[in-house]
Amino acid sequence: MKALILVGGYGTRLRPLTLSRPKPLVEFGNKPMMLHQIEALVEAGVTQIVLAVSYRAELLEQELKVQEEKLGVTITFSYEEEPLGTAGPLALAREILGSNDEPFFVLNSDVICDFPFKDMARFHKNHGREGTIVVTKVEEPSKYGVVVYHPESGKIDSFVEKPQEFVSNKINAGLYIFSPSMLNRIQLRPTSIEKEVFPHMAADSNLYAMELQGFWMDVGQPKDFLTGMCLYLTSLKQKGGHLLHHGDGVLGNVLVDPSAKIGRNCRIGPNVTIGPDVVIEDGVCIKRCTVLKGAVIKSHSWLNSCIIGWRCHVGRWVRMENVSVLGEDVTVKDEIYINGGRILPHKSISESVPDPQIIM
Amino acid sequence: MIKGIILIGGPMKGTRFRPLSLELPKPLFPVAGFPMIYHHIEACSKVPDLKEVLLIGFYQPNAALNHFIMEVHQEFKLQVRYFQEYQALGTAGGLYHFRDQILAGNPEAFFVMNADVCGDFPLNEMLEFHRKTGNGDTHTMLGTEATQQQSLNYGCIVENKDTHEVVHYVEKPGSYVSSIINCGTYLFSPDIMKYLAAAFQKNQENFCTDSIESSLSPSTKECIFLESEIFMDLASTGKLFVYQTTNFWSQVKSAGATIYANRHYLAIYHRTHPDRLAKNGEGKPTIIGDVYIHPSASVHESATLGPNVTVGKNVVIGEGVRVRESLVLEGSTILDHTLILYSIIGWNSVVGSWSRVEGTPNDPNPNKPFAKLEVSDLFNSEGKLNPSITVIGSNVQIPSEVVILNSLVLPHKDLGRSYKNQIIL
Repeated sequence: MKALILVGGYGTRLRPLTLSRPKPLVEFGNKPMMLHQIEALVEAGVTQIVLAVSYRAELLEQELKVQEEKLGVTITFSYEEEPLGTAGPLALAREILGSNDEPFFVLNSDVICDFPFKDMARFHKNHGREGTIVVTKVEEPSKYGVVVYHPESGKIDSFVEKPQEFVSNKINAGLYIFSPSMLNRIQLRPTSIEKEVFPHMAADSNLYAMELQGFWMDVGQPKDFLTGMCLYLTSLKQKGGHLLHHGDGVLGNVLVDPSAKIGRNCRIGPNVTIGPDVVIEDGVCIKRCTVLKGAVIKSHSWLNSCIIGWRCHVGRWVRMENVSVLGEDVTVKDEIYINGGRILPHKSISESVPDPQIIM
Repeated sequence: MIKGIILIGGPMKGTRFRPLSLELPKPLFPVAGFPMIYHHIEACSKVPDLKEVLLIGFYQPNAALNHFIMEVHQEFKLQVRYFQEYQALGTAGGLYHFRDQILAGNPEAFFVMNADVCGDFPLNEMLEFHRKTGNGDTHTMLGTEATQQQSLNYGCIVENKDTHEVVHYVEKPGSYVSSIINCGTYLFSPDIMKYLAAAFQKNQENFCTDSIESSLSPSTKECIFLESEIFMDLASTGKLFVYQTTNFWSQVKSAGATIYANRHYLAIYHRTHPDRLAKNGEGKPTIIGDVYIHPSASVHESATLGPNVTVGKNVVIGEGVRVRESLVLEGSTILDHTLILYSIIGWNSVVGSWSRVEGTPNDPNPNKPFAKLEVSDLFNSEGKLNPSITVIGSNVQIPSEVVILNSLVLPHKDLGRSYKNQIIL
């Protein structure tokens, strides 16, 4: 089977992290975001993956070549020279996606969940129509595209984009499976799949909704990245939790790379991910954070709800909270307080940031 | 024989010092490990021939004051007594009221010092100057230089540069008069009583409810003020002189000013009491700069203190704590990994672990020579609290993992969360 992953552009919402790496390579739960999706696809029998990108990233191409060999799957790039919207990239990849009669998957690269690709294939075959959209239940549907469908059959009636008043709490989860015939509905020009393609498919009863079980998150921005991390760690725990870390000073669900070092009298967790080669000195308290590869957190610091970028140096007695994000190689001096700060790469912080701010 | 007099005021004075003065009289507030007026009395004890100190004020007798008097008596071998004004009598009224006590034994001269100033008081130099310039019935004020702008907040002294006579004096003028300001420290000869008596008489005769003095403060006809009544008259009579000093001197009006005074008093210890300054050593906490730790305090060896930190009696400081530019008052506990910065932690308070208590200093502008501490309002023009030293009152509980920034916390409060730029009642 085939799959198309909509990677898109520069990942600006996840800056400052995406100033150093393409978004698919930012590690979520100690694994590049992209790899969570690719591994799940491969397990479901996908042998050919197309990445729809709107800017060439050498780093991305190199890394995925490595994965190609490791996983035994073909990965091609479909490069949009001009923005093609959410449907255009499918037309661009028409040759591969439509090369045979098999249905193909399409997914949004920001989505993290318990990928139900085998279930999707089965569900899609069952109703035999052109398209299946995975939907998920959320608390605040008005932030997303809401899907209205028959609860028994799953047949979709309509879409409402960011409704002002409550319509339904099921939203488009950004995972689809289509039969190749739907490609005929898309032209090679900037097209919105939600606004221009889906409504027609729904009108002639060709679009069905499958409810997602388990957690779901669009991790395209730091706040949601951290929330998604909490959900992901919870799901790891529910599946047996053998990847999770246990030990002195570890609370709740914590993922620690074996090469990381943690000092004495620390309190790590709940909901913390520590990447490879990270050094955490004595007396550090970390809660609800992701610490990326090579970062150093010095003694007695307190971090809550933060993302610490690769190779950062956080000093002693530092306090960081409120979705602060440090870009790559940022140095935070001793005794600094950062509240909701977004710090760009290679910056040295020697003054506190008591109110949310972007530091260039 | 010389005497020393310290005007210590009363509970209605020094209200800007709250919440720290809610439970302890302001003159007894510890700076660099010792009560404010301890430093005054210590300066007095260095004057040969000074064997008697009188404290004049209108505090009710209280245990803390009595205890203090006993302690300084024992330490400095001076006679120290407290004379309570029956009501607030102003900066000179008390001197007049207790004139018999003051003049008993025929002192050559007597120092009068305000309790709410801090400094490296050059009393011996003042005495030498006083004896040289005068002939037994002159008076000397201690002056120091301030910026033109700031001088408007103080008493301004215009001096004859050759004779050092005070030719003009005005208290808090509306426009610039002179950069030399009154330090609230004087050396009077017994002759001053003549002027106090004259002022007293005048007030008895002329007192009326519409006068400016009575609208400014709840005064009565027994009130006399040195600054507004005596000095103005004495100027240009050839009897009043000013001795200028460049030593450290500062008013201590607000709680935040004690952080500034603390720093300077600790620096003076290098010269006067080097044994009081903490040193690094095996099994001891890391010390940076000037730090005073009371012998009964217990500080974990992994803690880092200083510069400019005073740790009071029976304080407990936990593992990995960092304290900088702050006062930790008697009986408090700071739990592990916490950071205390530009703050005053009140008596018997507890700060949880991994917390951050931080204030903002109001130091004088280092770029302006002679700049003094700004006396700023509590709130700015937009109604927001001006960032200042964080003051935690007595018996306050601060939980773990919170941040308390630029805030004032009144005594006996149990905080439940972080606070920034707030007054917590």
